Amino acid sequence: MATRTRFEVKNGVATREAFGQALVELGRVNPDVVVCDADLSKSTFTAGFAKEFPDRFFQCGIAEANMVAIGSGLASGGKIPFVSSFSCFVMNKGFEQLRVTAAFPNVNLKVVGTHSGISIGEDGPSQMSIEDLSLACSLAGFTVLSPADEFSMRKLIRAAAAHQGPVFIRAGRIKAPIIYSAAEEFEIGKAKVLAQGSDVTLMATGLLVAESLLACDLLEAEGISTRVIDFATIKPLDREVIAAAASETGAIVVSEEHLADGGLGVRIAQVVAETAPCVMEFVGVRNTYAESGTPDGLLDKYGLRAVNIAGAARRAVSRKKK
Amino acid sequence: MNHVHDERELAGIAKRLRRDVIEMITAAKSGHPGGSLSATEIMVTLYWSVMRHDPKNPQWKDRDRIILSKGHACPILYAAMAETGYTPKDQLNTLRQMGSIYQGHPDVRFIPALEASTGSLGQGLSLGIGMALAAQLNQSPSRTYVILGDGEVQEGQIWEAAMFAGNRGMDNLVCIIDYNRIQLDGFTKDIQDLEPLGAKWQAFNWHVISVDGHSIPALQQAFAEAASTRNKPTLLIANTVKGKGVSFMENNPKYHGSAPSAEEAVAALKELA
Repeated sequence: MATRTRFEVKNGVATREAFGQALVELGRVNPDVVVCDADLSKSTFTAGFAKEFPDRFFQCGIAEANMVAIGSGLASGGKIPFVSSFSCFVMNKGFEQLRVTAAFPNVNLKVVGTHSGISIGEDGPSQMSIEDLSLACSLAGFTVLSPADEFSMRKLIRAAAAHQGPVFIRAGRIKAPIIYSAAEEFEIGKAKVLAQGSDVTLMATGLLVAESLLACDLLEAEGISTRVIDFATIKPLDREVIAAAASETGAIVVSEEHLADGGLGVRIAQVVAETAPCVMEFVGVRNTYAESGTPDGLLDKYGLRAVNIAGAARRAVSRKKK
Repeated sequence: MNHVHDERELAGIAKRLRRDVIEMITAAKSGHPGGSLSATEIMVTLYWSVMRHDPKNPQWKDRDRIILSKGHACPILYAAMAETGYTPKDQLNTLRQMGSIYQGHPDVRFIPALEASTGSLGQGLSLGIGMALAAQLNQSPSRTYVILGDGEVQEGQIWEAAMFAGNRGMDNLVCIIDYNRIQLDGFTKDIQDLEPLGAKWQAFNWHVISVDGHSIPALQQAFAEAASTRNKPTLLIANTVKGKGVSFMENNPKYHGSAPSAEEAVAALKELA
């Protein structure tokens, strides 16, 4: 009989806001922490740090490429810089700088991309980052984090600051359901098993962790024993937990608010292929760009809900039986 | 490191480094001689008579920083670092070979004493700003020197960085443009003209000095002027000759990015004897 931990999925603050709070707390204990932003500090929540530590905050204006390389220079000068913008801007406009000034020389730069995924809503697809995980994971030596709620974000911002080397942290715009308690501890590279089960495993990151927990309830009601795992670290992946889920449940659904081509799903598929090949299904944005709309409406329309995840899980379970 | 004051001695060092550049690139059978030869006096002046640095203690916190943003001119940087004792001189001719610390473009993984890995143009000035900001936060006397190629100034990021440093009045930052007027595809003015170059940087709140980039005394004076300039970063427009010192390479776009043949190398070294 599988053991199961219950999690209450209720609204917390957005992970971007939790990032801003964690940054201020970090600033108070570590004078080497400095912050750069590109005219979005009120949206990325770095404004709190700017207010309390004006001398350690660098407003770069709308010039993301310059901001990223300035961050790398600050890191070379012994600082722990957090550079922040919307994820689509810092990753896409700053990518070459991330590659050449941070990844390649292995510089101690921390990059925080907020407003990730399609749940930013009304601003529409030019502001939506649905390829940031793919880009970040393609930077050799980068650690890539994608916390699901405010408590995991707070802990992982601290872990990122303590980690020596470049880190990308993905944050969202809308309020994120609370998955964890404030006391929960997080380690870079370790996934969290939120529910035990033996028929299928739901793996997810960011907002889709909560949706996977809701899908788990739907599936359990049908008698499908469901395991749920939160991947707050996208790189390096927790290979042990993936291999165990693959061999013990034989069916995996990976869900992410990201293009299905190139994100967490394909990275997990690589580990599954290398360890214990099994049936897999993927829930993500399918080879398209979204549109303006309410966050809820967009998550429904683009199929990133518990009902979609449960459907994928049923498909996986039936494929497994064939 | 103790500075060298004797003008003839500095000129002798410049000639030695030029010979190293020719020998390295000839041995490698590829590389960028033109922009190394044009930057020789800039490099000699900085390493031997301007920068506060210690080859025995490359991680000295308060050292001055130098970033060769035009990373393809690394042979002259490697020659200067070897001559001052940062790296082994007897390995210079392994340039561009697998396993060599003298990589095709500067790479801190192979030479930790380098301040930056460069090679993708347009990024060094932003890096230099970050280092200069860190020095300000640390209340360090460290000054940062960034060497750009003139073609590199066509990169948009250079102007993002110029705006940032100008607006902040970063007087611990000096940018040097090696204005040799030639880039890979031809003459800079024909590819994408930079003029009026000084006026553009002045408009971005930089203190601009135009100088003969092959006159060590003129460069020394310009760097001294930069050091005494308050509340503005300084741009040195170093007017140089591509391929300087080797007659058949001078002002010849061919030698932006191709190695001399064995016969050409003999002729070049004869001129630099």
